[in-house]
Amino acid sequence: MSSNIKLEETLLSVSTSPHVKNNDSIPKIMWNVNLALAPAAIFAAIWFGLPAIITMVVAIVAAVATEFLIQKFRKAKVTVGDGSAVVTGLLLAMCLPPALPWYMTAFGAVLAILIAKMAMGGLGFNVFNPAHIGRAALMVSWPALMTSWAANITSPDAVSSATVLNIAKQQGYETVVNLFGDKTALYKALFLGTRNGSIGETCTVLLILGGIYLIYKGYIKWQVPVVMIGTVGILAWVFGGFFYGGPGTLFSGDPLFHMMAGGLMIGAFFMATDMVTIPITIKGQIIFAFGCGVITTLIRFVGGYPEGVCYSILLMNCVTPLIDRVTKPRIYGTGRKSYV
Amino acid sequence: MLKTFRGGVHPEEHKDITAELHTEFMPPPQKVIIPVSQHIGAPGVPMVNVGDTVKKGQPIASADVHLTAWVHASISGKVVEIAEYPSSFKDKSLAIVIESDGLDEWAPGLPMQRDFEKLSVEEIHKIVTTAGLVGLGGANFPSHFKLTYGPEKHIDTLLINAAECEPYLNSDYRVMIEETDRVVLGVKIAMKSLNVKRCFVGVEDNKPKAIEGFKKAFANVDGVTVVALPTKYPQGAERMFIKVLTEREIPAGKRHSDIGIVGLNVGSIVAIANAVEKGIPLIERVITVSGDAIAQPKNLRVRIGTSFKDIVEYCGGYSKTPKKIINGGPMMGYALSDLNIPVIKGVAGILVMSKDAVAEDEEYPCIRCGKCVDACPAGLVPSMLSILSERGRHTEAREEYGVFNCIECGSCAYVCPSKRRILQYIRYSKAKNAGHGHH
Repeated sequence: MSSNIKLEETLLSVSTSPHVKNNDSIPKIMWNVNLALAPAAIFAAIWFGLPAIITMVVAIVAAVATEFLIQKFRKAKVTVGDGSAVVTGLLLAMCLPPALPWYMTAFGAVLAILIAKMAMGGLGFNVFNPAHIGRAALMVSWPALMTSWAANITSPDAVSSATVLNIAKQQGYETVVNLFGDKTALYKALFLGTRNGSIGETCTVLLILGGIYLIYKGYIKWQVPVVMIGTVGILAWVFGGFFYGGPGTLFSGDPLFHMMAGGLMIGAFFMATDMVTIPITIKGQIIFAFGCGVITTLIRFVGGYPEGVCYSILLMNCVTPLIDRVTKPRIYGTGRKSYV
Repeated sequence: MLKTFRGGVHPEEHKDITAELHTEFMPPPQKVIIPVSQHIGAPGVPMVNVGDTVKKGQPIASADVHLTAWVHASISGKVVEIAEYPSSFKDKSLAIVIESDGLDEWAPGLPMQRDFEKLSVEEIHKIVTTAGLVGLGGANFPSHFKLTYGPEKHIDTLLINAAECEPYLNSDYRVMIEETDRVVLGVKIAMKSLNVKRCFVGVEDNKPKAIEGFKKAFANVDGVTVVALPTKYPQGAERMFIKVLTEREIPAGKRHSDIGIVGLNVGSIVAIANAVEKGIPLIERVITVSGDAIAQPKNLRVRIGTSFKDIVEYCGGYSKTPKKIINGGPMMGYALSDLNIPVIKGVAGILVMSKDAVAEDEEYPCIRCGKCVDACPAGLVPSMLSILSERGRHTEAREEYGVFNCIECGSCAYVCPSKRRILQYIRYSKAKNAGHGHH
């Protein structure tokens, strides 16, 4: 058998090796992150209703529109299709109170993309997690509204006031337990998300599910959320008794409460694993996650805010380049006696 | 289960296309173009003139230095030209063109029959030095240089590299299965030549038939252990191979003999056996012809100097329009601009690939995902090397990130979701740092 195809009629590519590559790509990664966030986002839409939906839509639209307009203005290639701006918008929304006025949400999203991402050079060049920059900007701009929690309109039994961390900080941990009836009911509410809080941070089980999906796909390392959440849990257990009106002894804090409360779950699985802004090696990522856990706990216990996840991640983003320099892998054939 | 090396990737193997195809003998071509430089080291100096009649196996080029390899006529016929020709080893090489007389006659005295047990080590050294042996795994390093290490080198271990970790390629695999006895003989000769008592034969565990055959064949050979290696690219790279089998690492800037090890490719071992026992120099080799655009994939035994064009035509031409034709495997091979190029000793495969089978992706910025760090078997930070190279910070790439420790296996570019040309950037930085390197 002989073919009719003649080599002279075709132009051969002579690009360099390797000539085959795996089929991962940035759009694929980013849209999978969006997919992993979807269960918690859908729960939020059901649990918090229309205000949450509006917040998520506004955040995403503002983020994508900002990136698009900046790239048009700069006559650069438009990259909104890669899904990263959608991730930023959705993550920002998930960190906001459901009743925040829409224009504030838009402001946060614009700032996240404009300042934290595009001004730094675009995807891959941002030093800080853009969603958390947006949230931090809103927190310093409108602190009162950013910590106002509207009564849940779909469940008359829901706690109609501050989040569990707010209450614990101001009135003591026992008050939180009493509000829910007992510890089991508290844990159940924290785990299933039937409580007040930022839009996407309340449902622990769905956030863990999304995180496991990303671990399975190889897009995040399991060590990062485990170390960050574990650090908070251990520190809360060891030192928690000295705060929130506790008995004032070691090893009497409630680790389960602290691991599931606030923005720790969404922060650990979706922000502390943001590829661009965390260290590049697994060793560095563990150090990063540990630092996030320590700072989160410090802010919760002795800081002025009830929650510290956002700031812990931004602070550790600051030292990521340093961590990268000190955690470079040992190069083969160097660094130790290699002979025999 | 053996420990494996750090990093590495799992490209789709595509070995099934030709793994079970018995090696076919390709009839000698009408004309061969034999470069005098097919090896690391000094190029050969022609020993013949235009118009001379030569016989198969006759030396036609040599050099009077240790780091070189002789070159022999692969067919009988007449020398019609000695000129510069394109080569797959260097851009151009002086080459000796022989037109066939159609007789395919051996040089006088060839083949012969010798018992290596009766030969002295010095005699073996002399034989392998003139037999034109080079590493058939692609490194093209003169084999006799390794085989003639004296006692001052303190070589204590011989490693036989039968990993063949490149996708698509099966030339070593076919040699292992079809010429098992020759491998055993070659190993015995090499161990005698080096005076070593310990030898590991490493085969990737995706070749169970070869492993089984080797274990039987070496069962009664003292000091030889056949090891099944976890299948992971680049297991066949010298440093990874040594690390997995001996736990030793070659210090940066050194070579394997500095840590008491000699490594030889399984194809080179068969060539050694043929040279010592039968006096046959290296004039032919097994090549896998594969890919999704070749009409009839094959494993072929071809003469050195055969043109790629003749080989592709012998395999029925193209089944699809080719986009890339690769000399070697898809991870480390070279893309060719045309097929008017001869087979040299280090060519292990020819891949004819359509547009669908090769990567031609758009490049995005690095997103610092760390996948290339996880994949790098040398422990580098390839993403940082590529960024430093792109920005012209070559000194930093050399001094702080160890660009010269890169073995250029391509794992980093393979896994990169941004499809950055990481390996190309690294090669560029190595070139810019030329003169400072220690390799």
